[in-house]
Amino acid sequence: MLLAVAGVIAMAACGSSSSGGGTTASTITSVTVTCSPSTIQYGQTSQCSATVMGTGSFSSAVTWTASAGSISASGLFTAPSGGNVSLLVIVTATSTQDTTKSGMANITVNPVQQANNVAPVVVDSGPDPQKAPTVNTPYVTITICVPGTNTCQKINHVEVDTGSPGLRIVSAVLTITLPPQKDSSGNPLDECLVFLDGYVWGPVATADITIAGEKASSVPVQIMIPSSSSPPVPHSCSSQSMGSNGNEGGSVDTFGANALIGVGLLQQDCGPACTTSPPPDAYYDCPASGCNPTTVSLAQQVTNPVSMFAADNNGVLIQLPALPDGGSLTVNGSLIFGIGTQSNNGLGSAMVYPTNNVGDFTTTFNGTSYPASFIDSGSNGLFFLDSKTIGVPPTCPKPNDTWYCPTTSPDNLTAVNQGSNGQSGPPTNFSIEDANNLFNTNNSAFSTLGGPNPGSFDWGLSFFFGKSVFTAIENKSTPGGTGPYWAY
Amino acid sequence: MNIFKFSGIYSKRAARNLLSSLLLILPLPAMAALGDNAASVLADQARIKGTLRSVDAHTYVMHEITAPTGAVVREYVSPAGAVFGVAWEGPFPPNLQQLLGPYYQQAQQAQQAAASAQQQRARRAPVVIETPGLVMYQTGHVRSFHGQAYIPQLVPPGVQASEIH
Repeated sequence: MLLAVAGVIAMAACGSSSSGGGTTASTITSVTVTCSPSTIQYGQTSQCSATVMGTGSFSSAVTWTASAGSISASGLFTAPSGGNVSLLVIVTATSTQDTTKSGMANITVNPVQQANNVAPVVVDSGPDPQKAPTVNTPYVTITICVPGTNTCQKINHVEVDTGSPGLRIVSAVLTITLPPQKDSSGNPLDECLVFLDGYVWGPVATADITIAGEKASSVPVQIMIPSSSSPPVPHSCSSQSMGSNGNEGGSVDTFGANALIGVGLLQQDCGPACTTSPPPDAYYDCPASGCNPTTVSLAQQVTNPVSMFAADNNGVLIQLPALPDGGSLTVNGSLIFGIGTQSNNGLGSAMVYPTNNVGDFTTTFNGTSYPASFIDSGSNGLFFLDSKTIGVPPTCPKPNDTWYCPTTSPDNLTAVNQGSNGQSGPPTNFSIEDANNLFNTNNSAFSTLGGPNPGSFDWGLSFFFGKSVFTAIENKSTPGGTGPYWAY
Repeated sequence: MNIFKFSGIYSKRAARNLLSSLLLILPLPAMAALGDNAASVLADQARIKGTLRSVDAHTYVMHEITAPTGAVVREYVSPAGAVFGVAWEGPFPPNLQQLLGPYYQQAQQAQQAAASAQQQRARRAPVVIETPGLVMYQTGHVRSFHGQAYIPQLVPPGVQASEIH
């Protein structure tokens, strides 16, 4: 009986009785119940036990009931799931021998503690999966507001980019009017930002940004406009790029996202170079007569919103699950704000790799070091070296020769990363599969997608799967030292 | 590699003087360097408002222009006087249209043709162009760009493409 009704203890109130075989009437005197733990969260369990006291050869059997959730015959209580207010549950054990005798205990069920620093990440085929499906692009949902107001807009499919700082929104996505920033001459301030294979152009505005439980107020952001809009793209902007995408911020389809949130190593996208004259072709003073490069203070530059959070502002942690060969249709993960600021973002055993002041470290492959290497969640593959390098797989046949198609797939490779402090980590293993085969799966997340990048390693999103990757912001202190650094 | 000898036609000062005087009588090349003659180096220096350092590597001369922003452009000139390669690094990409000159459009077309034919495009990814008449690479991220371009047919004998960096 004790085994069948675990946790129920029978006690004789007046010592041993009825050992002689005489038939003495047995009675139940009391039932008491305890549950441990007595405070749990929705979906969790608590083990309850009943103490039955009586006289004679009484039965210690009880039946369990609970005012909410469920409880097993052995007293294991399971709270309901998904509530968002605290709940007091009464657990009752009733003697089977004498149903007028019962005992009760309380269990407090609290809402699941949703950490305020976790934004869900999804890797799917993007905001326009029919016309412009994307691969290996991590997205979050954010809310932007006109500063200091409740005029807000939720935006999904915002790309998470550790390779740049600042929020940039495709203008066609906006349904609210963000106040434009003026430059020192009182004219509209516009920006040209060059990515590797294209550029984005458009005005700088300010917005309050909310993501998960974090908020940054009056953040300089960029609104990316198409080339047909005004002001027109300055020649000195477009001519910095010859990539296939041209003005890639002109539409959601060309950009592959509704917006991009740069949560990288740096605080501003231009930094000190834009504060002194002559300014580079980055920020532009745009009176009606036309746009010309201008200097901009650090505070006016498009800024990594994480660095402006009240808390959890020293960096981010991206967690994505390991993927099988061939990839996955969609993948869910987390963008966690702060490093070592809460119980969910500690460095643990992660190795810290400091970078130089522009965000590069060294990757060594087959004995050769490549000092301009970097980690970048915004690159949609693992781009490294070229097929002329021994040990690197061949590219796919044209026109897919921006991807690798190893003859033996998967091709298992290894490299060693080294921080700017000279410390090397353990070997980083990675695999490359035939990209054409991967694309034929219609999956959108691949840890084995790679392509050429002569002379360095661009550890793009493929690298992030199955890891916790930390990105520490410049000049911010963390338990692993002052940023900028990566840790994984 | 040796810093220019003052005696040779390719000495730094002589080259500057010669090219400067050329510039007095010739109009500035409208657009820059790749495939152009050595005079375009000075045009680029003037446009970039940078400082010039020239290095004689015997099989070619490398002119390195450092802009006030810290951006560096290197132009590689063959003994025949042709700019056969260019390389750049810095917080911003250079004006590629000027630097690649007539090859800019060629590179752009190659990229666009490849991208439109591709099943999946590499996004925010390195630029890799390898055509018979032009090779161009660019890598990096915001605030750190590296790139190189060269015309295989103009690379002097005995010079490795990897020297253009």
